[in-house]
Amino acid sequence: MGLRASSEISLAGTDGTTDADRMTHTIHTTETGETDETGDTDDMADMDDTPVMYVQSSVAGAAKILVVGPMGVGKTTLIGTVSEIKPLSTEATMSQAGARLDTKVRPTKTTTTVALDFGRITLGGELVLYLFGTPGQQRFLPAWKDLARGALGALALVDTRDLEASFDAIGHLEDLDVPFSVAVNAFPDSKLHSEDDLRSALDLLPHTPLVICDAREHQSSVKALISLVSHLIETLTEAP
Amino acid sequence: MSPPGEEHTTAAVRPYVITRGRAGSSREALPLETLVVASGSALPPHLQPEYRRIAEFCQGLLSVAEVAAHLDQPPAVVQVLLADLIDWGHIVARPPIRVAKRKRADLDLLRKVLDGLESKL
Repeated sequence: MGLRASSEISLAGTDGTTDADRMTHTIHTTETGETDETGDTDDMADMDDTPVMYVQSSVAGAAKILVVGPMGVGKTTLIGTVSEIKPLSTEATMSQAGARLDTKVRPTKTTTTVALDFGRITLGGELVLYLFGTPGQQRFLPAWKDLARGALGALALVDTRDLEASFDAIGHLEDLDVPFSVAVNAFPDSKLHSEDDLRSALDLLPHTPLVICDAREHQSSVKALISLVSHLIETLTEAP
Repeated sequence: MSPPGEEHTTAAVRPYVITRGRAGSSREALPLETLVVASGSALPPHLQPEYRRIAEFCQGLLSVAEVAAHLDQPPAVVQVLLADLIDWGHIVARPPIRVAKRKRADLDLLRKVLDGLESKL
């Protein structure tokens, strides 16, 4: 937990790629509960220079989905589980408004950046889908505006051990009018809650899908994304 | 290497100088998911190294976010440099497929995404 919590903070620093990949790997092994895999040391060395995997030249365009939630909820794990590339890390720059807000805290800084982990899935050879992991805290809201523009929708990840931590992210999606579905990332020590309890605790609208997933599992994570896209299609077809 | 008194900046600062402070300002930034690829046009010999590095890196299709992550540069800088390279014809972009609410085209896009995801199961 400590490691996961620190990852997104440290990524906002300067040495993005290296730290990000190391942290991603740490997160993965932590959350899967696996012991060190063979070749782990070599793996770590390779991560300093992630090989480039170009998008197939047949791809005509890209779309994006946001994966949002508090730190440590498993965003990067889920992205890594479904991505065809090792998740990469970059940063989003806060908009001007955000920068102004932030100057109250740090008067010497004019812009603030937010760490962004992302992955990629090529769909049907002509379309590539990017998944951007977006931290949920209130102070990151300004960075969301640019990211959310043009997004198909968002998958909001929730950890039932700390539901309140997800309130900000879900609130931002509602404020920005980004359609979303909720995926509860089931941690091994998560308590079981009834769907009704979770819905009322998260104050979800009746049509917002809620699924349980395991971000470490490929099938489970893809199904969570499918629930979102099905919801987006329903919203579109049912709209007046 | 540098003669005494010559102004030099660190690698981290220089791209901001190259973009002349345009990072995060002026025209609308290229969305991070925009796909870019080198056009294959010959790069002029005087092209600054930051531009050259990006143009040479984009031998195949990549998103703006991937270019920034692989080159370990802030996206705000890469967005500006790429936009210049597009203006000069050295890079071509495949703009992201955007959703405008309640349009038929979006439904087709979403169905493609759904079919694609279902094929991954």
